[in-house]
Amino acid sequence: MNNKISLNLGSGGREMHKFISEYIVKKLGNSVLNRLDDAAVLENRSDLKIAITTDSYVVSPIFFSGGDIGKLCVCGTVNDLATSGAKPYALTLAFILEEGTSLDDIKIVIDSIARTAKEAGVKIVTGDTKVVEKSKGDGIYINTCGIGFIKKGINISTHNAKTGDIVMVTGSIGNHEVAMLKAREMINFDIDVKSDVAPLNKKVESLLALTNKIHVIKDPTRGGLASALYEICGNSKCEIRLFEKDIPVEKQVLSVCELIGYDPLYLANEGCYIIICPKEAERHIKKVFGAKAKIIGRVLSNNRQELAVETKAGGMRKMGMLETMQLPRIC
Amino acid sequence: MSIARSGIRSMLSKNVNIISGPGCPVCVTPSSDINSVLELVKRHDVIIATFGDMVRVPSGGDSLQNYKNVKIVYNPLESLTLAKSNRDKEIVFIGVGFETTTPLIASVIKKAKADGIKNFSVLCMHKTVPAAIKAILDDKTSKIDGLILPGHVSAVTGSKYFDFIKSYKVTAAITGFEAKEILGSISIMVDNIEAEKHSVINNYRSVVTENGNTVAMKTMYDIFKDTDSDWRGIGNIKLSGLRIRREYEEFDSLKRFNIKQKNIKEAKGCLCGNILMGKNDPVDCGHYGKTCTPSNPIGPCMVSSEGTCAAFYKYMRR
Repeated sequence: MNNKISLNLGSGGREMHKFISEYIVKKLGNSVLNRLDDAAVLENRSDLKIAITTDSYVVSPIFFSGGDIGKLCVCGTVNDLATSGAKPYALTLAFILEEGTSLDDIKIVIDSIARTAKEAGVKIVTGDTKVVEKSKGDGIYINTCGIGFIKKGINISTHNAKTGDIVMVTGSIGNHEVAMLKAREMINFDIDVKSDVAPLNKKVESLLALTNKIHVIKDPTRGGLASALYEICGNSKCEIRLFEKDIPVEKQVLSVCELIGYDPLYLANEGCYIIICPKEAERHIKKVFGAKAKIIGRVLSNNRQELAVETKAGGMRKMGMLETMQLPRIC
Repeated sequence: MSIARSGIRSMLSKNVNIISGPGCPVCVTPSSDINSVLELVKRHDVIIATFGDMVRVPSGGDSLQNYKNVKIVYNPLESLTLAKSNRDKEIVFIGVGFETTTPLIASVIKKAKADGIKNFSVLCMHKTVPAAIKAILDDKTSKIDGLILPGHVSAVTGSKYFDFIKSYKVTAAITGFEAKEILGSISIMVDNIEAEKHSVINNYRSVVTENGNTVAMKTMYDIFKDTDSDWRGIGNIKLSGLRIRREYEEFDSLKRFNIKQKNIKEAKGCLCGNILMGKNDPVDCGHYGKTCTPSNPIGPCMVSSEGTCAAFYKYMRR
């Protein structure tokens, strides 16, 4: 790693995980932090465990097809909470605004936050607003912190994948990142791909009312499906086999990937989950998330970290975390 | 990359070894060319327009990804739009690519001339495929039995362009990018190698004709002419590159900015040259996976996601 922060460090791949383990966990580690799940779970004496998480939103541009930074800053945090099986209770909201940013834009973002928080059934209970000098920020940055409660008996974590489990995704992958590529004008194709950004916590709540067999819930955001699964392989010390033909990718997303040389398995998502559970829970997941939820793989054994993909062509390839940000290639 | 992504190596018998040749135009761009780009990007009046994977190509520990005045374009025509909307800046398009891409850049230069655009130029690093293939096949230590020829290049050049390969003791097949097309070509070539049949076949007939896209080739040579060119990992190959003709030199960044190319040595111990020639595997290199990774690449084969080492690292290693 260089002695300067690179953009690549923030892309959700191997370099970021290396940074977290070498700098954050090494200096700040404790039994809660070290688990590195999307939400930390705090045991306490009551019947409810507390889940807590925080996330910063620096997306640019702030408006994109299917959403905006306001919707994203609520969804990202409630979705992280729900990966632990928690019911989100309250959110904090902190703005870092750049001098000169349009107040109209900020009003639109706040309306969007209000709408999304209502949809997710979560309250914004405290906040902070800072303004930085022009060129020391990028319009609007938002940090949200969320807390939620987990019923005793629920134990969902990236450490819990078991041999024989099925691996499911709850929707098509890649839409968010392709919508962002379009919004950033990195691609100028005539496509209509919307970000999948959506709050999923109520769906998790419905699912947990139907079954207590869910082992892992993970949102494949930056770094995409492959990085998230590889992380699960590491935390659960398991081998996951994916079936490429079963992974749902919309035709437009696939076409963009083929044209510019992106791998859909490394594209960021904001409104779908990876769920790992015994086969018997499949019907509950389909009931809650609908027909888009698909089995895409299996947990093969619990002894080593390995992610392998059975390709459409019938070959086998191994995958790891995203190494570097994907960039449109020449041919 | 299609080979790695489809897991084709896992489907082949152990005595069929596929390696990626110098088929990625970004990978073969030498440090000295990147250095010229880096000199330009430091100027405040310049916006660099480039294909995405160029931004990671290193020279002397630096690369385009460290600069703000770099605009990634997918379509080179976008650089003319940039030129029109940034009249006070010089737009420099980094011209890399083989016969597939170069006619497109040629047509952009033609359009710039027709539209009277004054703040646009191309830093030309284009290369052509045949001379590189000859350089590899002329190397007596090369261990190549068969060549998968590039489908998209062939679509432009036509299949006849590769007939010269027939004079070498190898078999070759023009191939598409679908797994079944690649497997089909490998199967045919294995039969040919066993029968010691030295031929060049067109196994991508749905796209590639005998004469190719003659309009595109003419456009390319209207603007460019053959010149000697340095290939990262291989060295100088006679008449393997293209430069902008005198009639269009107002669009030649080298002339416009009076760039004197420095001769910069490639990293010590990097085996990319041998890997491109099929003499070594990525794992034979001391840098591979240690000092040379996709996030910190040294040689051309790790730089682009198309490169042998990058593909090997990403899809095979773990």
